[in-house]
Order: sequence, then structure tokens, then C-alpha cells
Amino acid sequence: MISISIPPTLRRFCGDQSTVDVSPGTVATAVGELHDRFNGIRDRLLDSGGSIRGSVLIFVNQEDIRFLQGQETPLKEGDEVSIIPAFAGG
Amino acid sequence: MSDKQGFMKALKCRECGREVPLTATHVCEFDFGPLEVAYDYELIKKSLTREVICSRPQTMWRYRELLPIAGEPTVGRQVGYTPLVKADRLAKALGIRELWVKNDAVNYPTLSFKDRVVSVALSRSVELGFKTVACASTGNLANSVAANAAAAGLDAYVFIPSDLELGKVVNSLVYGANVISIKGHYDEVNRLCAEIAGKYGWAFVNVNMRPYYAEGSKSMGFEIAEQSGWRVPEHTVVPMASGSLLTKIHKAYQEFTKLGLVPESKWKVHGAQATGCSPISVAQKAGLDFFKPVKPNTIAKSLAIGTPADGFYALKVMKETGGHGDDVSDDEIRDGIRLLAENEGIFAETAGGVTVGVAKKLIASGKIPAGSSAVLCITGNGLKTLEAMTGHVGSTREIRPSLREFEAVMAQDKPELVAR
Repeated sequence: MISISIPPTLRRFCGDQSTVDVSPGTVATAVGELHDRFNGIRDRLLDSGGSIRGSVLIFVNQEDIRFLQGQETPLKEGDEVSIIPAFAGG
Repeated sequence: MSDKQGFMKALKCRECGREVPLTATHVCEFDFGPLEVAYDYELIKKSLTREVICSRPQTMWRYRELLPIAGEPTVGRQVGYTPLVKADRLAKALGIRELWVKNDAVNYPTLSFKDRVVSVALSRSVELGFKTVACASTGNLANSVAANAAAAGLDAYVFIPSDLELGKVVNSLVYGANVISIKGHYDEVNRLCAEIAGKYGWAFVNVNMRPYYAEGSKSMGFEIAEQSGWRVPEHTVVPMASGSLLTKIHKAYQEFTKLGLVPESKWKVHGAQATGCSPISVAQKAGLDFFKPVKPNTIAKSLAIGTPADGFYALKVMKETGGHGDDVSDDEIRDGIRLLAENEGIFAETAGGVTVGVAKKLIASGKIPAGSSAVLCITGNGLKTLEAMTGHVGSTREIRPSLREFEAVMAQDKPELVAR
């Protein structure tokens, strides 16, 4: 399975879980699976055109998917996915 | 308004406009948009006049109604009101009629503009009952959180990239803060902190306290307007990391205009980045309203954010005001630091070199016209980034305590004096 780390803002939509396991595939299929299990979550992550919102960052094994293959980034057994809001300055 | 909220109304999503209570949260749960503090401007207008401001101590808190705390400030009461220096020699060197330097390199207590945002974030954290404060930092923020937390008796955890300048590391450790050094760049530190903030329930100044924290930057804009004689300067050049400071300086000018504290005018806000980390300026030059994230590689470590949270909003402000973005190389950053030091006696950190370097480019290209007046925002002190200039500022000439040896030196420099 693939472990998805859910940020506090979204936990309310995911049965208050901090991580959720999904099947291998791609980031897009993982978001689809999340949406099937927790109705409404896709709209939190994607805009009306189906793109990942600018304010949402998704990482696969600590790498921003925008440096990988975006929503088509493959997810294989054991991969770790993090969803977090965009970064502020420091 | 309830008494407990002061002049604040709610936290409001910048994307969808939904309002949520004034708690420690920074993201709209509907669309992940950033939350921003909404104020009761009618109430503020009744309370805040030029006379009232002038009657108060010279700190950033003289604009207290426009800063997001409910009661009186409890942390960082002496922060701000740094000099706005008329920089005639630098103006001549850059080829512009009039130039001013807003010098937060001498901000109190930790010598960067971050003391502004931290005094707001920590005062609000105390109001919300937090005992532990934390931050993800490129250095200056860590210094400020560590110092201000110490003075307020709060526990502090600061998270920094492991390749930071020594000055910034020691400047956090000395206050007794818990300093966690992460093997990775700032974006990775920030990603980890987003996860830690979700778990530990601390006041992370630039994560869950971000709506309050970011507003502190407005005080730099308020001061510029007041110190310019209650008017907004034609041109302001601001360094960009996340892009937040640029948007907040613009917001400060807007608020002062809305409240009638300054006359209506047109102003341009320009954004400066290092070429080694220039997602926002590259997008601005290409005319885009979105940016492509980058992996930073620059000596301007305080600006090294490859995935800037406010990049989109900074682009919008530049577009709306007719401002420009540009970026400079590491060598141009060092030249900028030298120009400011040699002409004005101000030693800025690398971000200041970025601001001066970009201002030079914008003036040379006519984007800031030679006949105009501009303010440069200097946000941090050069003593914290000595590594960047070491080996690039000449070297000392060592002699024994002997007049003969000194005159050998002078014979090279000014032989006419030696011959007398």
C-alpha cells in the first residue's frame, strides 16, 4: 500500500485520520481513490479544471510532484505521499 | 466586534472569501487558500489619525489598530521605527534623482525585519494561550523567534537548513532556543514543519500563525509612508522570498490611503530576487501570473524559497501597480552589498545586495525612471552573512608597530604624504 499523510486542515474530511493508505497507481488515481472513500476531498485538492490548486503541494517520497510527473507521477508499493499547504517565508 | 478581538473581524480566505474564527489556523479547509486577517476599518478610522500615531512611542506598535492582536502587545514592544535614510551618494551611483533606504538592518532586537512579524505572531500566540513557539526559517526568523521568545519566557523550537551561515546559527543558539538543523534546503524544512505543526500543537509563527505573522510586515510600509512625510513613495523595491513582504507593503500603502492618512496616489512596487532562486521574477518578466517552482542555489540564503507561498499574490501586486521583477547573480549581489556599504555606510546582508542590485538594473533600464524617487527595503544585517563577503572585500595589511613599516605602506598608497 501507499501511505498518504493528511494535513490537519483536511482530516475532518478523512474521518480524522492523519494517514490514509491507498493502492499503487499514480497521484491522480490516489486522489480519485481518496475521493471515492471520502466524498468531497477532490474539490479541496483540485480546481474546477482538474489541476492541483496552486495553494496545495503534493510530495512523493519528499519530492514535489511538480519536479516529477505531476498528477501522472507513479506510486508504487511503499511510497510515501504528503499533502501540505504552500510555504510561507522565513 | 467583541472586546476580545480588538479591531479584527475574522480570518478570511483570500481565494473564496469564506470567514473563519480568529484561531491559530492558516489555510481555508474548502480550497486550501491562505487565510488573511479581516479588520473593521470603520472602527479603525474613528481611532487612528496622524495625530494619534504621532503621539505614540516610535515603534511599529504606533499603528497598533492595523496589527492583528486583540489587546496590547506583550512581545517585542520596542520593535520597528527603523531609519529611513536619504541615500544621496547611492542615488548618484545608481543614476536616480532621489533614493531612500529603509534600514531594517538595525531593527530591534535581532537586526532584521523579521522582528516585526515575530512580535505580532508571539503577542498573538500569548493571547491564544500557547507556551511553545516554533518556526521554519532561513535564519533571520529563527534569530527573532529565539530572542523574542526568550524575552517573553516562551519555549522555542526553531528549524533551519543545515547549510546556514554560522552567524545565523549562533544568533539562535545564544538565546537558549532548541535549534533543529535539517539536512535539506528551506522548502524541505518547511515541508517537515508543516507536518510537525499538525502534530505538536505549537504556535508555528509561519505555519499556523501565518495570518497574524504576515501582517507584521505591513509596519515597514506604514513607517515608510509616515517617514516620507505622510505620502506613498513612487517606487518601492522589495526583496522577495515567499513574496509576502512585497504584498504586505502594498497592503500598508492601501490601508493608509483608505484611512485618509496619506493622499491618493499611484505607486509601483518592484520585486527583487537572486537569479539562483528566481521563480517570481522570472514569471513576472515572462508576463505570467503563475510561477514554476525551482531548487534554490544562491548566496542569498534568506531569499532561497523555491516554492513561494505568496508568489502568485506578489505577481498580482506587481501587475496591478505596474511594478517590475528582476533578479541578480551572486557577483551582482556582492556588488550591491558593496555599493550600499561604500556609499551609505550600511552593511546589509545578501538580501540587501539583491535589492540594491535589482534597483540598479531597473534604473539602468528605465523601468524606474532616472528622474523619479525610490525607496529600497533593506531587510537584514550584513554581520549575519559574513561568509558571503569574506574574500571579496580586499584584505587587511599587517605590519609591525613601526613607523617605517607604515610608511612603506603609505609609499604605495599616497607617496606624496610620505615625502613631506
